[in-house]
Amino acid sequence: MDNKYRINHLRELEAESIFVIREVVAQFENPCMLFSGGKDSIVMFHLARKAFWPARIPFPLMHIDTGHNFQETLDYRDKLMKDTETKLIVRYVQDSIDQGKVVDETGVNASRNKLQTTTLLDGIEELKFDCAMGGGRRDEEKARAKERFFSHRDEFGQWDPKNQRPELWNIFNGKKHMGEHFRVFPISNWTEMDVWQYILLENIPIPSLYFSHEREVIERDGTILAAGEYVALKDDEVPEKRIIRFRTIGDMTCTGAVESKANTLEEIIEEVAATRITERGGRYDDKRSEAAMEDRKKEGYF
Amino acid sequence: MSEDITKGYLDMELLRFTTAGSVDDGKSTLIGRLLYDSKAIFEDQMESIERASSKTGDGEVNLALLTDGLRAEREQGITIDVAYRYFATPKRKFIIADTPGHVQYTRNMVTGASTANVALILIDARNGVIEQTLRHAFIASLLQIPHIIVCINKMDLVDFKEEAFESIKDDFDKIATKLDVHDIRFVPISAKLGDNVVDRSENMSWYEGPTLLYLLENIHIASDINHIDTRFPVQYVIRPMKEEYHDYRGYAGRIEGGVFHKGDHVKILPSGLTSKIKSIDVFQQGVEEAFAPQSVALSLEDDIDISRGDLIIKDNGLPKASQDIEIMICWFSETPLVLGGKYSVKHTTNDLRCVIRDVKYKIDVNTLDHNTEDKKIGLNDIAKIQIKTTKPLFFDSYRKNRKMGSLILIDESTNNTVAAGMII
Repeated sequence: MDNKYRINHLRELEAESIFVIREVVAQFENPCMLFSGGKDSIVMFHLARKAFWPARIPFPLMHIDTGHNFQETLDYRDKLMKDTETKLIVRYVQDSIDQGKVVDETGVNASRNKLQTTTLLDGIEELKFDCAMGGGRRDEEKARAKERFFSHRDEFGQWDPKNQRPELWNIFNGKKHMGEHFRVFPISNWTEMDVWQYILLENIPIPSLYFSHEREVIERDGTILAAGEYVALKDDEVPEKRIIRFRTIGDMTCTGAVESKANTLEEIIEEVAATRITERGGRYDDKRSEAAMEDRKKEGYF
Repeated sequence: MSEDITKGYLDMELLRFTTAGSVDDGKSTLIGRLLYDSKAIFEDQMESIERASSKTGDGEVNLALLTDGLRAEREQGITIDVAYRYFATPKRKFIIADTPGHVQYTRNMVTGASTANVALILIDARNGVIEQTLRHAFIASLLQIPHIIVCINKMDLVDFKEEAFESIKDDFDKIATKLDVHDIRFVPISAKLGDNVVDRSENMSWYEGPTLLYLLENIHIASDINHIDTRFPVQYVIRPMKEEYHDYRGYAGRIEGGVFHKGDHVKILPSGLTSKIKSIDVFQQGVEEAFAPQSVALSLEDDIDISRGDLIIKDNGLPKASQDIEIMICWFSETPLVLGGKYSVKHTTNDLRCVIRDVKYKIDVNTLDHNTEDKKIGLNDIAKIQIKTTKPLFFDSYRKNRKMGSLILIDESTNNTVAAGMII
């Protein structure tokens, strides 16, 4: 790059995301940022800190806790919140179950992934958030490829993919009626590779789960799942120790691991570049059907 | 390999391009080809496409299924909305805004074109320049996409003949004279077979130009941004309320033109007050200079009242200021434009209102004829109109600066975005 006034693709994506996050604070009265402890929300949170520095970020984070999280993720989350003096709100899927609003799935493939939607929408309503920022990326999944930066939700929290507001240049229309809210996706244009490169570039700490480690796992229909109290075993399944790492971090019941020796960010980037399977390829929740994500998103999923 | 990746990625540029077209032009096949040959299609995506292709039963793997994400699109075999796709080569990261091509989706094409550096226009070599070609070229020109690459596709179906390519090129050059486009390149390709997409064609040795991917990787885009006229629309005011930054006030925003340096004298609009840049802040560190399109925070030497919607500039190259503004619009709503009606306006970080004063003419996107009689502006119509805003707008013409010359109109009862406007 010879021209003096040029920035690389990561800096351009960063500038775009910071613009979007600042736009949220300017256009909404009571926004929040959804935080899962996964790499996408970690990067989004880092961008938010950059957007308002030296002030603290002017909104709380909200974590929808399935109760099936990896302990490493929770420890990482709590330390990060403390170090950055950030306000975190946690809402529990267990509470929605106890209130009888949702029913826990049973059987070996039971997952609380889908149940999160109810807890999330209840949290948004209870705390009167008019906007929730999420770390969704368009390259993740084909229904997400059609998502706007500013995504309008009706009073039931639903997404109408066929009736989305056109989004031009960098002008975002966050106008809404009472009871409606927005989901905003500041890192829409990032790919998995961009996220990893940026973590390396900015030297952002991430949970240890992303690096290679030994863990008791089971393999089910080609997906490697962490063995643990939340994953019910089939009769013929015996947990075994393998050297693995996680490409995405979510609920223990549906987050697939990959066999890997990548122990540094550089090695992870190399592995991501060489791999031929999308990161959601390991997600048990997406394998349920061709349009699984589209259906969940319409209902109000992340 | 690791060296390439960790050293190379800091040197990559971002290029956004748009494609418009229908199933018949082979647009999806071309995108699928680019993604597949640059290895951006993953195995599980390929498997999912293979599964879906076997359902429709035409035997061939249909790469178009990769870009059609919504259930309705897959079922009907059409692209309804703008879909964003991503791939990267060691030189550049690409964002494709993939849009449908039929006239009833003009608004989607306009949306996809609004952020693009490059427009890919596909022509079927058997059919040559048709109505749709003109429409796509016109939209690229209207939205001021700086570069156009015309892909003359399906060369395999005209026996890879040079004459076919040359005659279509001549026809396109003729329509280009009616448009405001500056940089046009032509590539003869076969998206289906891969000729001249990523690899050079062995079937067209007469063609000595670059392949499509080479063009996408090398087209010079750094000069597309205006680095002369300084424009900084204030987005948000940062007040830390912390002991150590007690008096700090940072004016946060994205630089939409020009270069700002620490110590520069600046003027604030609309107040006209002046000051000097005390610091340019980008997280925990100050920088000496910043330029478009960076997001930064500026702090000034003087304590002046500045809020969202104000514009900070240096004292050269002033923007225009007016309440009576002529714009080209593309109408997005099924509810027609109301002459004399009031709409909300968003322009840079400004919120205001306007009244529609006049419809000057409507453009027939298939012939480019101006119609001054028909004042009815409905879905997908493109027209020149005059508006009056509630307060003076500081702007540049869209030709001069896409960010400073663009606005959207919003219906005040539904809150929907009903038009995109380009200031003349």
